[in-house]
Amino acid sequence: MYKYIIRRVLVFIPMLFALTVIVFGLALLAPGDALTGQSLADPNVDPEVYEQQREALGLNDPIPVQYFRWISAAVQGDFGNSMVFNGRSVAELIEARFANTLYLGLFSLAITIIVAIPIGIYSARHPYSLLDYGATGFGFFGLSIPNFFFGLMAIYFLSIKLGWFPAQGTMSTPGLTGWEAFFNRLHHMFLPGITLGLAGTATYMRYMRSEVLDVLGSDYIRTARAKGMSERNVLYKHTLRNALIPIITLMGFEIGVLLSGAVITEQVFQYPGLGTLFLSSVTNRDYPVVMAIAMILGVLILIGNLLADIFYSIVDPRIRYD
Amino acid sequence: MKKHAVLDVAQLKTYFYLNNGQVAKAVDGVSLSISPGETVAIVGESGSGKSITALSIMKLINKPGRIVNGEIALNGKEMQALSEKQMTGIRGNDIAMIFQEPMTALNPVFTIGNQITEILRKHKKMNKKDAQAKAIHLLKTVGIPRAEEIIHEYPHQLSGGMRQRVMIAMAISCDPKLLIADEPTTALDVTIQAQILDLMLEMKEKFHMALLLITHDLGVVSEYADRVLVMYGGQIVEQAKTKELLRHTKHPYTQGLMQSLPKLDEDVDRLGTIKGMVPPAYNFPAGCRFSSRCPFVMDKCKVSNPELTEIDTDHFVRCHLYENAGDES
Ligand SMILES: Nc1ncnc2c1ncn2[C@@H]1O[C@H](COP(=O)(O)OP(=O)(O)OP(=O)(O)O)[C@@H](O)[C@H]1O
Ligand SMILES: [Mg+2]
Repeated sequence: MYKYIIRRVLVFIPMLFALTVIVFGLALLAPGDALTGQSLADPNVDPEVYEQQREALGLNDPIPVQYFRWISAAVQGDFGNSMVFNGRSVAELIEARFANTLYLGLFSLAITIIVAIPIGIYSARHPYSLLDYGATGFGFFGLSIPNFFFGLMAIYFLSIKLGWFPAQGTMSTPGLTGWEAFFNRLHHMFLPGITLGLAGTATYMRYMRSEVLDVLGSDYIRTARAKGMSERNVLYKHTLRNALIPIITLMGFEIGVLLSGAVITEQVFQYPGLGTLFLSSVTNRDYPVVMAIAMILGVLILIGNLLADIFYSIVDPRIRYD
Repeated sequence: MKKHAVLDVAQLKTYFYLNNGQVAKAVDGVSLSISPGETVAIVGESGSGKSITALSIMKLINKPGRIVNGEIALNGKEMQALSEKQMTGIRGNDIAMIFQEPMTALNPVFTIGNQITEILRKHKKMNKKDAQAKAIHLLKTVGIPRAEEIIHEYPHQLSGGMRQRVMIAMAISCDPKLLIADEPTTALDVTIQAQILDLMLEMKEKFHMALLLITHDLGVVSEYADRVLVMYGGQIVEQAKTKELLRHTKHPYTQGLMQSLPKLDEDVDRLGTIKGMVPPAYNFPAGCRFSSRCPFVMDKCKVSNPELTEIDTDHFVRCHLYENAGDES
């Protein structure tokens, strides 16, 4: 197993490198650069001045040189300065928002797991029951309704009409600490969390149902029953472990899905995370910020896939030794 | 003899209620009895209801199937009234079962040791350490080398023959009175088949079990079984001691099965086969279920299904041809 994990980590490295090249390349391809990107519209500035600035910022250096300057700073957490937020450092700008998005993502992933897996198991054990039909209906609903629309509905009914949940932000009073802060955060995260997690919950519910149904019909489950194992043992030991194997793999990809979904969901709820920052930075052509966020999201997705593969090798003994 | 039977099944009927409203009568009135230490074989073509009979005895019939009728007694104790929970105390403990496909019969994500010890811990309430030691002992008993290492390995690391040995080790682990083996060697190499069958016979002797051996191979039957039940269309069509059945084969279906066996002492160019296909369990012909394929079919056969009748001592046949045989002889 360790061999497999090491091999998998080694594959991670070139992928990471490819990611940095792609992000850097995209930034190069984008119209404008660190100077023109911001002041395209300023015809009063002498082009000579631009040239001098460019030279000074190293924008005229050969591309590989620029790449290495960027990447070596980036690995130290230095993504340069924002061109919009009064030149504050990108790292500082991102830090707080990164945590917000991470919490939101984890929260909605937790909801997905807590809701989808038990319902999926129940549906598989009682196929064509009332609850199974209900879950199927919910699945269609969850998959077909656009995220932003569900978000707006949630705000309208649960926040404005009923006043159960706050519609935006991460905390009501800044200086909260301890559990109070934690629950206040959870309260704020609830609506964006279920909005973000809706599609995933619907998907995993269906996956779980079909996986469990599949496994329950397999020969080794019949063997377990023939051995006199209790229904509980058959379900939670013999079935679950097998049914979760493909689910775990998919969960790794889910990190990417959640992060991209977060861009829109955060916008709807005015949630100060990476998504809102990303959108505003793209609009403002704040390239250092855009690149930094693209890098972070890319790395998270790669890590998600890596974790999925590692978990996979832990739960499924068949792939450890190939 | 019946009084002390290990297993007594009377008028077992297991039907499948299909989506389109049809009813597949997979097992339709099967009665059988197995004495202690006896080896009884069930033979029949694919789809004749052999596996469903076995699974019904274990009460392992899943939806849309249901045991609609029948009494099943184990050592004289009726099993109908038992709850599912009580049944889990019997399965693996009093009756053990081995299946056809060793490649898929073991759970791929648990070690061999784990899968053997769980049955010991459940039925014999052993602690982990004792169960482990017993598992190693069992693996050695069924002829698995390196047993100490094998318990830490996963099913995919073993060959089909080895896996079937593991299944046998699990089956004998709690000293069951009855072992049901559903085509235990069909999926294995010919060379391994005999080894596994011999091993089962050896275990049967050693642990004083009765054996219900399901097969479609009359060759296997002649070598291993004391008594044979021939199944067709969910019913027993002929039943006798092995020697009697092979020497005085009565039912046209059994005769057909015999002709499809290669014989060493006869030089035939081609083996006989039974014409036609097994009718589906939801659409048996009216009358005798074999009438659609029987070379001796009479008008009567198409309207009435004959009863299983004893035409000689312990020799039962379900066929209109022998209806008056009892009186004549
Ligand atoms: N889950 C099911 N749903 C519907 N019909 C079924 C189901 N399982 C079995 N049957 C019916 O029961 C009949 C008998 O099946 P069974 O598995 O007992 O055959 P078998 O004699 O064991 O054959 P084989 O040699 O192929 O194992 C089949 O013809 C099939 O139509
Ligand atoms: Mg079968």
